[in-house]
Amino acid sequence: MPVQRVKFYQTGSFAVGNRLLDAGDRSVQADAWRTNAITSGHRACQGCGEALGARYVLDAAMRATGGNLVAVNATGCLEVFSTPFPESSWRVAWLHSLFGNAPAVASGVAAALRSQGRTDIRVIGQGGDGGTVDIGFGCLSGLFERNDDVLFVCYDNQAYMNTGVQRSGATPPAARTATTEAVGPAPGNSFGQGKNAPLIALAHEIPYVATATIADLRDLEYKVTKAMGMHGARYLHVLVPCPLGWGSAAAATVQVARLATESGLFPVWEGERGEVTAATPIRRRVPVEDYLRPQKRYAHLFGPEVRRDVLDRLQAIADRNIARFNLLPKERQP
Amino acid sequence: MTENADLIPFRPAAWDKKPFAITLNVGSSLANKTGAWRTERPVYVDRMPPCNDACPAGENVQQWLYEAEEGGYERAWQKIMLDNPFPAIMGRVCYHPCQTACNRAKLDEAVGINAVERFLGDEAIRQGWTPPPAAPPTGRRVLVIGSGPCGLSAAYHLARLGHAVTVKEAAAAPGGMMRYGIPAYRLPRDILDAEIDRIAQFGVRIELDARVDDPLLALADYEAVFLAIGAQLAKRAYVPAGESARILDALSMLRSVADEQPIELGRHVVVYGGGNTAVDAARTARRLGATDPVIVYRRTRAQMPAQDEEMREAEAEGVRVRWLSTIRYADGGQITVEKMRLDEKGFPQPTGEFEELPADAVVLALGQEIDRSVVEHAPSIDVVDGTVSVDRHMMTGHPGIFAGGDLVPSARTVTEAVGHGKHAAREIDTWLRGTVPTGAHRPPLAGFERLNTWYYSDAPATVRPQLDAARRASTFDEVVGGLDESTALFEARRCLSCGNCFECDNCYGVCPDNAVIKIGPGNRYTIDLDFCKGCGICAAECPAGAIDMVPEET
Repeated sequence: MPVQRVKFYQTGSFAVGNRLLDAGDRSVQADAWRTNAITSGHRACQGCGEALGARYVLDAAMRATGGNLVAVNATGCLEVFSTPFPESSWRVAWLHSLFGNAPAVASGVAAALRSQGRTDIRVIGQGGDGGTVDIGFGCLSGLFERNDDVLFVCYDNQAYMNTGVQRSGATPPAARTATTEAVGPAPGNSFGQGKNAPLIALAHEIPYVATATIADLRDLEYKVTKAMGMHGARYLHVLVPCPLGWGSAAAATVQVARLATESGLFPVWEGERGEVTAATPIRRRVPVEDYLRPQKRYAHLFGPEVRRDVLDRLQAIADRNIARFNLLPKERQP
Repeated sequence: MTENADLIPFRPAAWDKKPFAITLNVGSSLANKTGAWRTERPVYVDRMPPCNDACPAGENVQQWLYEAEEGGYERAWQKIMLDNPFPAIMGRVCYHPCQTACNRAKLDEAVGINAVERFLGDEAIRQGWTPPPAAPPTGRRVLVIGSGPCGLSAAYHLARLGHAVTVKEAAAAPGGMMRYGIPAYRLPRDILDAEIDRIAQFGVRIELDARVDDPLLALADYEAVFLAIGAQLAKRAYVPAGESARILDALSMLRSVADEQPIELGRHVVVYGGGNTAVDAARTARRLGATDPVIVYRRTRAQMPAQDEEMREAEAEGVRVRWLSTIRYADGGQITVEKMRLDEKGFPQPTGEFEELPADAVVLALGQEIDRSVVEHAPSIDVVDGTVSVDRHMMTGHPGIFAGGDLVPSARTVTEAVGHGKHAAREIDTWLRGTVPTGAHRPPLAGFERLNTWYYSDAPATVRPQLDAARRASTFDEVVGGLDESTALFEARRCLSCGNCFECDNCYGVCPDNAVIKIGPGNRYTIDLDFCKGCGICAAECPAGAIDMVPEET
């Protein structure tokens, strides 16, 4: 590695803030006057990744749009924990209709604004993986097909957490949920089922598709800002660990998301008009076990006997992602 | 709860103010104090960084690196000056135990603390920075005997505390072993003079050629006396030798060079011993014309007390070492060495195998002893195992007479001596004032396991430029070069700030409940316990390990 002689900032852009950076180069989340789009007092569990992810995304979008933002929310944890009657945690213009129609409602809001000539106001649709990948998927595909001027954000916690951790189309193989129990010869969710929503979105050849996690704030803010600088249908898929549904420690939420990317199981990439244009390289590669072991939803892979066969299949998925998205470029390999 | 007044149903007057079809005002979730869920709370802590913990002079290394990270070089230097008046000297001769302890060594390589200190010290000399002003005069007089690192450090700290300090030095120039023991290629004399001058400018009176024979008599003129005369006598060992053998000791040889009247040694020089002085002697002999200086040492490299770094430099300059050897006989032009072997306990034992080596001169570097004459008039001052006994307040058995440095039990390094001087100054101050010394608060250590190193940029250590071996072997020019501003800044920024908040905003950013309040630069953060659910993400993601999760009282 070449010696970097001057431009060295101690934590670089890994930490949320950095006093050594110019104010303009700091993250939105480092700002003492950030929007806090979802404010304190919400009823998300301790260490909720989704609450964190939603604030990261919406605060960045609020800065990018100068506060001219409408958020349309699908039913799900995010909606339930933020708006128990009569309290609301939202500090953005916020709209909720049904579980399955959030992309359609967002399309409608965008159309209404356009008809009123309010092109300065931008629209974000958002939901969990249930509302996005399963129930709202037809509406979402329609939004993409029509290239409506909406950024749709999926906060992916890989199951229906709000209703008690049922399997969704985004639940990964081998994971235990209430409907894919850890019993029988192939415990947990089956292999070979489920949907890769970001790649399906990319196949619509819309202007922008990206994945991100709450473990890489600067990358997430960059992608939100970039998306809000574009028009047409855009899709952002954010991995948000769920301590309740994943059986991980509340304190480990960010760490688990980091391990998801460092193992290769959750590739972080962006694409435009049908092509993958960039991927975030793995910095400190770990075997999939390091990611799976802290999560009780995978406990059946480690006891009473270690299911090496299942771990190997999961490792193969990670390896395929690494090859497919070039997550370990040659110059980074030791 | 004023907003909930609107929640009372059937208040048609209020409806007029609301948009179409909206009947109830929205309340904020801020009414829901989720802090009630908490079983553990995050608490910001300050831990002892390993560098500070290891520093014999008690420098707050991490704090001055923090200032340097922002380019606040003078502020950084002022922080050093609170503990150590010799940053430029330290940056050259300190064996930097801070770097040995540095947590970054477990990540890639230790932070080059010593190189940054030298940069700051050199900048201070170049720009003429002056230390923070001393306390108002107390009217008390203190005598320091000896102007080595210990005596001058004590004098500087006593002067800072407002006392009138006189240093009496037996030699013709101040500095002690820094001048007469450490060769100029490690410590250039202009640097030494500049840092000593600054202490004199600060108000310390330094009298040269002023040997003190009886410190007890000095108590008539001074309220306290600090003995810091070092260990200036070379230890002797009996080496059977013929009449024409040339045997001298390393201290007088190094001193002759410092006095610019170097002793003629000849081409074949053998140095007997294994400490830093032996290495200094061999490297100096090389510079005086010895073609192949040889160090003869009884044991193995693993047991050699000399610093690895200096051994490496010596070997690069052509110094050779004969391990497991003793000198049995010396005569004109050659010596006889006997090979040794280590027994089960690790002690060297003779083997009966002999060998001859050419030797125009044999330089003995077998350690140093204190000069007992200074304490012979004071029966109340004990000498045990060759050093002066002091209590934990660094006072000898005679009230008002303190001692430190090589004179008392110590590791006998410059930095240790500086630390003794600072410690003694504080003890003398409390003794003069008749107050009780307040022990420094030492928080628990910030171990590597507390860090979340993900957040630090990958950064290899900057290599300190070195003069090439050929040039350094023929001159007394300084061997190790310094860092320039950009590399010093880079090096300072490699600090991980172990155990202490450096305001990276991580806790503020990663809280899902916005329960971390950012107070502003320099003031860190506070936890909003009304809303903190106690998830612990802030503690887990703190790079520096500066947050503890503490159970709530039930």
